Amino acid sequence: MDVILFLIFALIAVVCAINVVIQTHPISSALSLVGVMGSLAVLYLLLGAEFIAAAQVIVYAGAIMVLFIFVIMLLNAGAETRKGRSYLIPGAPLLIVFLGLMAYYVQRMFPGSTMVRFGGFQGGGPRDIGTALFTTYLLPFEVTSILILVAIIGAIVLARKEIE
Amino acid sequence: MELLDSFIFISIIKAAVIFAVLMTTLAYLQWVERKVIAHVQVRPGPYRVGPHGLLQPLADVIKLLTKEDLLPPYVNKPLYLLAPFLAITMALLSISVIPFGPEIKVGPVTTWMQLTDLNVGVLFILAVSSMGVYGIALAGWASNNKYALIGGLRSSAQMISYELPMSLAIAAPLLISNTLSLRQLVETQAGGIFNWNILHGPFPQIVSFVIFMIAAFAETNRVPFDLPEAENELVAGFHTEYSSMKFASFFMAEYSNMITVSALATLLFLGGWMAPWPTAYGSSLVPTFIFAVAGVTALYHGVNATRKRDKVTFPVFGIIFLVIAGVFLLPVVQSWLLPLFWFAAKTGAILFLFMWVRATLPRFRYDQLMGFTWKFLFPAAMLNLLVTSFLVAWTTK
Repeated sequence: MDVILFLIFALIAVVCAINVVIQTHPISSALSLVGVMGSLAVLYLLLGAEFIAAAQVIVYAGAIMVLFIFVIMLLNAGAETRKGRSYLIPGAPLLIVFLGLMAYYVQRMFPGSTMVRFGGFQGGGPRDIGTALFTTYLLPFEVTSILILVAIIGAIVLARKEIE
Repeated sequence: MELLDSFIFISIIKAAVIFAVLMTTLAYLQWVERKVIAHVQVRPGPYRVGPHGLLQPLADVIKLLTKEDLLPPYVNKPLYLLAPFLAITMALLSISVIPFGPEIKVGPVTTWMQLTDLNVGVLFILAVSSMGVYGIALAGWASNNKYALIGGLRSSAQMISYELPMSLAIAAPLLISNTLSLRQLVETQAGGIFNWNILHGPFPQIVSFVIFMIAAFAETNRVPFDLPEAENELVAGFHTEYSSMKFASFFMAEYSNMITVSALATLLFLGGWMAPWPTAYGSSLVPTFIFAVAGVTALYHGVNATRKRDKVTFPVFGIIFLVIAGVFLLPVVQSWLLPLFWFAAKTGAILFLFMWVRATLPRFRYDQLMGFTWKFLFPAAMLNLLVTSFLVAWTTK
């Protein structure tokens, strides 16, 4: 059951991810990205990380992607035009080589004996995440928040109108 | 016996019951709203179909089902069709984690009056409601209509902005209850009105409740925050181009969202299905008392009827109310009927607030709407959360 669900949602995630790239209209690409986020959330849920799954949907699918779509709608961006398909000639073999290499190295780094078991992991609740964030990972957590603060201030400075 | 106890069988039964009750409530909420607004404005409201317009929802449903389903030209067809589906799915999905009452025994089966209890139930509702924005935003964009587009843009901007103070307002009572499961959330508030999160120390969550309610009005696109469908400037906003059942989907999604946020406010702040004071002081007699008074009043007006048909309708309703009052006294059903009564009463009171506000308040201007949330509501919610978390940390040492 777990494996079937994993395969279904992994397939959806991959198909949506490919769709993000090949769609010509920005709205379709953005919606495919929402599909990727959603199926990733289901994969987290299957692994027993329910808090991460909920946060994935709230933050990425529910907030960031809505803003993406909002901006696309606001700017009224139309479909882009393609210039031929000549990029496929070098692209397709390179992609296959790249995927093969990736699969090979992942196989070598994580052999089958230590594979993740569905339902084997229990520490995915909000309490465990909170404890981990505020003890083991306190420094990275705080540094990340300062990084985000810097980005916000940067955006405000760039967007501010000069008052004469 | 095997079949009765199986998880799937119980879940299907519960889903069917909840779906049927929810759909009926959605239809009749519309009737109640029209009646409430009508009485606020001193007019009778729906009156023709059935006694006091009681069959009006049925007529509305038939009208919506039989209307011509138009597909306007030049729309983005897949997204145009996806949008109402997305809106109604996300709206109905969140009902699945809302607990209506405690554990009950029906014959041989013991079950919770809730479809499923997630240990991140609150986050689930937030996640699903944040996905509901897509339905509205895409409807506005795919319709290929300037009014719909502006309605969709306004609504997505508004919903993103009000989600922040709403989440912060939700976080404060969660700190006090120390859980994310909606079922446990209610159980921590047992034992009378002073244990409810709205009044319970270390820091009573009244401010948080008010912020949550304001944000809930904005999230559900209700007056005074109904700019996405402001008739006088945007025709009908994001659903201008929709007709028949597709329009009904948006309509049902809005009312279903209203029920969800009202239920969420009940669970978070008002103690869920818990009675306001213990049974020892007679809280179990309140529903009987209310229905008995209603029944006697209806009987009195039936006897002294001024119009001909009131001689029939009033006594019938009076007897129905008296029977309900009697049912609340039966010890067999009291264990599950009383919690259900309190849950419905609290949720209903909040729903009434929605209608009351719609009948009385004018609409915001758009810049006021955005300024209000970012400059006032968000800092206020933040401050409330800070004070609450400080006091919780102080007292639980």
